[in-house]
Amino acid sequence: MKYSYFPGCSLKGLGRAYEESLLPVMKHLGVELVELEDWNCCGATAYMSVDEAKAGVLAARNLAIAEKTGPQDLLTPCSACYLVLNKTKHNIADFPEIKDTVHHALGVANLTYTGATNVRHPLDVLVHDVGLDVIKEKVVRPLKGLKVAPYYGCQLVRPYATFDDAWNPTTMDRLLATLGAEVVHYPLKTKCCGGSLTGTVPEAGLRLTYILLKEAVRRGADVIATICPLCQFNLDAYHDQIDRHWGPTRIATVYFTQLMGLAFGLSPKQLGLKRNFVPMKELPAQSATV
Amino acid sequence: MNTNGTNGNNGNNGDIRIGFYICHCGHNIAALVDCPAVAQYADKLPGVVVSRDYKYMCSDPGQELIQQDIREHKLNRVVVASCSPLLHEHTFRDAVAAGGLNPFFFQMVNIREHDSWVHTDPAEATAKAKSLAHAAIRRVRFHKALEMTRVPIHPDVLVVGGGITGIHAAITLANAGKKVFLVEREPSIGGHMAKFDKTFPTLDCAACILTPKMSAVRSHPNITLWTYSEVVKVEGYVGNYVVTVKRKPRYVNEELCVGCQECIKACIFKEPKFPDEFNVGLSKRKPVYIPFPQAVPQVVVIDPERCIQVKTGKCKKTCLEACADRQAIDFTQKEQRVEIKVGNIIMATGFKLFDAKRIPQYGYGLYPNVVTSLELERLVTSSGPTGGEIILRDGRHPKSVGFILCVGSRDMKTNRWCSRTCCMHSMKLAQLVREHTHADVTVFYLDIRAPGKGCEEFYDKSLKEGIQFVRGRVAEVTDWALAREEEGKLVIRVEDTLAGFVRRIPVDMIVLAVGMEPQADAQEVRRMFNMSCGTEGWFLEKHPKLAPVSTFTDGVFIAGCCQGPKDIPDSIAQAGAAAAEALALIDKGYIEQEPNTAFIVEEDCSGCKSCVPLCPFTAITFDATKQKAQINAALCKGCGTCVAACPSGSIKQNLFDDEEIFSEIEGVLAHA
Amino acid sequence: MRDTHWQPRIVAFFCNWCTYTAADLAGVSRLKYAPNVRVIRLMCSGRVDPQFVLDALARGADGVLIGGCHPGDCHYVDGNYKTLRRFQLLKRLLADMGVEQVRLRLEWISASEGERVKSVINEMVEQVRALGPLNLPGRFADWDREMTELEANIRTGEEQSARKEPEAAHA
Repeated sequence: MKYSYFPGCSLKGLGRAYEESLLPVMKHLGVELVELEDWNCCGATAYMSVDEAKAGVLAARNLAIAEKTGPQDLLTPCSACYLVLNKTKHNIADFPEIKDTVHHALGVANLTYTGATNVRHPLDVLVHDVGLDVIKEKVVRPLKGLKVAPYYGCQLVRPYATFDDAWNPTTMDRLLATLGAEVVHYPLKTKCCGGSLTGTVPEAGLRLTYILLKEAVRRGADVIATICPLCQFNLDAYHDQIDRHWGPTRIATVYFTQLMGLAFGLSPKQLGLKRNFVPMKELPAQSATV
Repeated sequence: MNTNGTNGNNGNNGDIRIGFYICHCGHNIAALVDCPAVAQYADKLPGVVVSRDYKYMCSDPGQELIQQDIREHKLNRVVVASCSPLLHEHTFRDAVAAGGLNPFFFQMVNIREHDSWVHTDPAEATAKAKSLAHAAIRRVRFHKALEMTRVPIHPDVLVVGGGITGIHAAITLANAGKKVFLVEREPSIGGHMAKFDKTFPTLDCAACILTPKMSAVRSHPNITLWTYSEVVKVEGYVGNYVVTVKRKPRYVNEELCVGCQECIKACIFKEPKFPDEFNVGLSKRKPVYIPFPQAVPQVVVIDPERCIQVKTGKCKKTCLEACADRQAIDFTQKEQRVEIKVGNIIMATGFKLFDAKRIPQYGYGLYPNVVTSLELERLVTSSGPTGGEIILRDGRHPKSVGFILCVGSRDMKTNRWCSRTCCMHSMKLAQLVREHTHADVTVFYLDIRAPGKGCEEFYDKSLKEGIQFVRGRVAEVTDWALAREEEGKLVIRVEDTLAGFVRRIPVDMIVLAVGMEPQADAQEVRRMFNMSCGTEGWFLEKHPKLAPVSTFTDGVFIAGCCQGPKDIPDSIAQAGAAAAEALALIDKGYIEQEPNTAFIVEEDCSGCKSCVPLCPFTAITFDATKQKAQINAALCKGCGTCVAACPSGSIKQNLFDDEEIFSEIEGVLAHA
Repeated sequence: MRDTHWQPRIVAFFCNWCTYTAADLAGVSRLKYAPNVRVIRLMCSGRVDPQFVLDALARGADGVLIGGCHPGDCHYVDGNYKTLRRFQLLKRLLADMGVEQVRLRLEWISASEGERVKSVINEMVEQVRALGPLNLPGRFADWDREMTELEANIRTGEEQSARKEPEAAHA
């Protein structure tokens, strides 16, 4: 299995723990990832709000490069990149003005876009392409006794994901159960984390983050599993402020790939776990073999 | 323009004298089509003797105009250009007949539904009207004098579905002296109404008004009641249906069982274990059970999926012992197929409720205290699983209840339509909840629909009783609290559109007003009975305004919710209407059918037999002696398939013969 | 040579129970569509004789539309299946005759599908408009004229050669 790989800016920056855990996990499963050459920032949701056509060019450049490298799907771990790249595909297909702008601009750089490349999220690829059976075989240290709250955030499931329900997805729940963890009932799993409002309008953004954290704690979760670097950051980095305004809610937030790595017996240091502001509790004592 | 003298009114050869009439239909046609111009155009066509335009051709004066002209101008053909023949062909044929001319010398032109109502340019609409008129004028000269054929009507009637609708239809027909077969697939009749506590707006006890009718069905000498049975095959045509009914085995002899229920007490399952369908899963039953105390027939039924004896053959059969003196239990019972002959069929198969799990945001199936309206009905009923106490899953009484309306209805993602009864039944349940528990009740609505007698007043009563109404489509039901008073409760998040902000309202219990949907097997059923369904899946009526209980298949009628969501009074009204339609056919004794049957011109038939296997009604047979095909006119339904297939052109069809169609083709293309 | 005043003319054969009723529904719903179609009502699409289609085209129709019930829903059980078979053969026949595929169309439209009547008619009218007039009567007239001219030329030729040698030489 081979995929092109689009890390996006966050995975090389604040979200580097995501990449640090994703790459060894994929390697362990025999999935080949080839990072896209000369990829550029996708523009994220910010540029899209300013100029959809120009933002489309920026995003489509990555898609055009992916097309050149082959027919394989493009793996995109960051939810914002995932949304923007998919939205760009739809915009080009649905709006002739955007299509014209993109074709013209790419043409200047000798690139072509046909829309042939599919943009996929690693959660989708791991559960549906690799398969839970294969993953289960690789589990040497089942996460027995670890209560995990599965948190998807909003950009993955709305509006472009076709692989799961927009309000009550279960892909990660099933994956975590395969790793041996106890999945906590968490109906807020697709509720917004506050996004960039945590920085710009904190009283609104942090309030949303607070609700997610306190409910995870209240429901007895030991850790929150995320699939998006901004969600992970919001849930992890603002505890002092949140404690001050609303109340104590210490709970660690990790990437689901980090949990996968732990279950596969990879070393915590290798998985970037030291980068957390709130460290994850020690895994409860467990059997060494499956 | 006529040439020779006239040859009498029914003349086929000799001189054709056509009367052409174009209707204004008020403004419906005249607003776009230049009627006088079309009349002038028609006047110049060969054969047209009289050409008029008039405001309302279907009215009495309009019809009299035709009759007068037939007499005065010795017309032997009449063409009317107006609305759809599906609406008024009958009317005008009758008018022509009353004028002394054979009604089949008439042809109708559709310039309303197919012209003035669907186009915008007056020149184009008028040109189209002229061309269609031209076609009809050419065609009508080939029409012949015909008589309607008569098909006898068998007096018995089949009613499919034993809810309130089917029950009322059956009783009405039985009281009129007709023999009725009432077939119901559940073990008892009663339908959804048997599950209700009270009915709006009078708050009558549902069982009190339903059970007398159920008893009447049981004891009526003219009604043959077959419960736990389904129709599996329908053959024949109006007046002459042959229906096969599958009677499922109860493993209990209906004649012998008296409903004492000793067998249930004696069953080796000491405690009831399986979800009780009548109580919508809120309580349990044993494999041997009676659906509800007032079941008709008052006979026990054994569930073949759950009974150990039926599934494995290895049971102590304590039930048999308990019934020793009557010996009503019979494990050797098998499924039976019975054939009946009826003349008319009334479909009263009802509805099913929307599955609330399809809207996961409302938490049904996730949070135990989110229930559907039907589940609440069972809780509220004194003979229900909680004895009429409205309690939460943990046994406490709710202090606050929220009703969410339009669940699954009026929704682009699920069902587009309004289910018509939910506003009223939700308010009814809200009043009952207030009465039983004095809890705070809030109703979350999009619009309150309260048509019908006493219904708007019922809404006032709800307001006076202190029920709160919040206008807004509920976004979410959550269990996470933001304030102390929300802890341990379900929180409804909704935009209160009248107040203008988003609200969080904590409640103990939530009731979802789930909408009505067609039954799951509606498509299979309608094919079996040769009916159509509308786009939404409800059985299709012949005309939404003028014929709501008839279908396009003569002799098959629809009534109640299978035709579309409605409340009990409307269901009963339709049941009566369908019964009346059937009675009209039965009492007349025959139905007249369009004589558009096919026939073979023997001398032209080459005996190739191409037509014989084509007829789905087996109307065509082959006479081996004569080496010619033959058509039985009584069986022929007039589809024309054999006519089109005959290589020698020896099969002709009344009203749709080759000459007639070719002349129409010529006519539509004659005018640009 | 394209006549800018030319409008496509399409003859439609609609079955009474489904498509004709759907067209009535379109009318009741006041949907608006192109006025280029002339409907001929039949009881079943199975009544459509291939000769009707050919006759319509030969008399100047630019297209023919046949409307029937969806398979499985025919009021007369299976008339529409016969229509489908005939339609397949007709398509091949017309293709061999050089008549474009788009000019003959078979649609299953049920009684409740008023919208489809509108969309099918609008689509077909535009497709036929793009092709231009079929004008078989005009072409037949042209061919007839060609034949007449040819015959006249042959006759003239024969007369001329006969005058040159009044009595046929046998030697």
